[in-house]
Amino acid sequence: MQIPPALDPAEAVQVAMPDSLLEVKLFRGETTLIIKPDDIAKVAQYLRDTPGLVYNFLSDISAVDYYPDYNRPERFGVAYHIYSMLYNRRLRLKVFVPEEAPEVPTVTSVWPGANWLEREIFDMMGINFSGHPDMRRLLMPQDWDGHPHRRDYPLGYEQVQFSFNVEDILKHKPLAKE
Amino acid sequence: MAVVQSPDSYIQEGKWEGNLEQLKGLVSERAFTGETMLLNMGPHHPSTHGVLRVLLELDGERIVTAVPDIGYLHTGIEKSIEAKTYEKGVTLTDRMDYLSPLSNNMAFCMAVEKLADIDVPERAQLIRVMVLELQRIASHLVWLGTHAIDLGAMSVLLYCFREREKVLDMLEMLSGQRMMGSYIRPGGVWRDITPDFKPALRKFLDEFPRSINDYQALLEKNPLWIDRTQGVGVIEPEVALAWSMTGPSLRGSGVNWDIRKAEPYSGYETFDFNVPLGEHGDVYDRFMCRILELWESVKILDQGYKRLSDKGPFRTDNRKYVPPPRSELGRSMEAVIHHFKLWTEGFSVPDEEVYVSVESPRGEIGCYLHGTGGTKPRRVHFKTPSLIHVSALPIMSQGHFIADLVAIIGSVDIVLGDCDR
Repeated sequence: MQIPPALDPAEAVQVAMPDSLLEVKLFRGETTLIIKPDDIAKVAQYLRDTPGLVYNFLSDISAVDYYPDYNRPERFGVAYHIYSMLYNRRLRLKVFVPEEAPEVPTVTSVWPGANWLEREIFDMMGINFSGHPDMRRLLMPQDWDGHPHRRDYPLGYEQVQFSFNVEDILKHKPLAKE
Repeated sequence: MAVVQSPDSYIQEGKWEGNLEQLKGLVSERAFTGETMLLNMGPHHPSTHGVLRVLLELDGERIVTAVPDIGYLHTGIEKSIEAKTYEKGVTLTDRMDYLSPLSNNMAFCMAVEKLADIDVPERAQLIRVMVLELQRIASHLVWLGTHAIDLGAMSVLLYCFREREKVLDMLEMLSGQRMMGSYIRPGGVWRDITPDFKPALRKFLDEFPRSINDYQALLEKNPLWIDRTQGVGVIEPEVALAWSMTGPSLRGSGVNWDIRKAEPYSGYETFDFNVPLGEHGDVYDRFMCRILELWESVKILDQGYKRLSDKGPFRTDNRKYVPPPRSELGRSMEAVIHHFKLWTEGFSVPDEEVYVSVESPRGEIGCYLHGTGGTKPRRVHFKTPSLIHVSALPIMSQGHFIADLVAIIGSVDIVLGDCDR
């Protein structure tokens, strides 16, 4: 079987979708393509299906909160770590989303394994993935207040429930009243 | 997905009193008309290997849909590490995948080393490989024992735990703890190997192959075992890749991807070992993959034993990242300063991001680490194999008997601490 020669992902995306690629970063040998949030699914599809790239495996999706810095260039970043088994190399795609109504298109249509990884980010960071088939909280209870992995969410503990504060606590847990 | 129901009315009227609306889209329409049955398996079911809850929609004894529900063991480890220095963060990573803590240590430490650009001496890398392989054996033995007991083979569990105890004894010699040793630290390992480690390892390596033969003799050709496992929980290679499955669960489907071979770390490229592959992607093939991996781990340990010298560097000399030895503290002012700085403030890493992955006994553990430029991380995220494998559970279990679900859960070797973090 003839394997097509490997293409440079940054150049290939630059040629095919010049509007989607914002920046290319290199750190410790890891390439990061910074993509326009709305185009992430399109770019992902292109990277998976183009001969010479074939990023067929999604390793991880994780989100990072730059709070209190809102100008890098936005508050939240979502990093997609993808891997090409054919060419044995990794690539990071990154999108930045603002604090107000953070939303990224889902990549579950490209890599079904993204399903729970995106749900985890929705749960922990409060970033919405539009078009996701099952956008529910994954780890925290369904009636939880807030998103624990945001940098402005205090590292604390669950309040111990006594008769004097039970009403106050249950206000935050609408599903537990039953 | 909390289903609200009042126990009293449920018992008195014999009907479901919950809010069925929230199940719309998760289970088929037939469940609402009563044609199929909804049944909770877990979170306290012994064969779910921890606190996994699976909402099952059953047509007779066949599974129509399985909806896994996780989060019962969520302890916020990633969040807690954000409040700790890098050296202290290692201790928390132990508690994620509690059956192979050293693999978690390794992923985190490799990420810190990559971000801070720390070199690890060759001998320290060798010690790391050896403890990782010992950990792989220990983890596979727990998997084998519990998987077998799930399917009714009681005695295997006892034999497996007997051997596992010997591995844990060796890990205790090194780190002082049987399980949560935090032995691997940024820059190397915590301390040098102890004099009794190498003789104990030699004895173990001489005895253990006989034990693997025993396990294989008990199960490999056992007609009951074959009936319960062959053709059950088949996952096609394309599906396994699409769902990001890794480790023996992926290799059981015949996909040859092992991070130790594909992107060698810590000197794995200098060892001679094979990657066992399955063919059909069923429970039996995943079982065989793991059994054969035990042999490969013994092979690696044997080569490591021959290479490991009794004395030598076990962590980097870079005092900015690793504390000086005790002996220097009495006579060197710089050593005292370094020691004080490291234990009060910690070391700083750049405000950048890295991603590393290691091959744990369960699959790929990835660590995404983003520094702040200071001594504490901005974000740590662990991509854990168990989370991925639980998310693929509905695909694997569809159309199977409820009894086979137990076999399937066992075969992908999930640890809920790893899954929920």
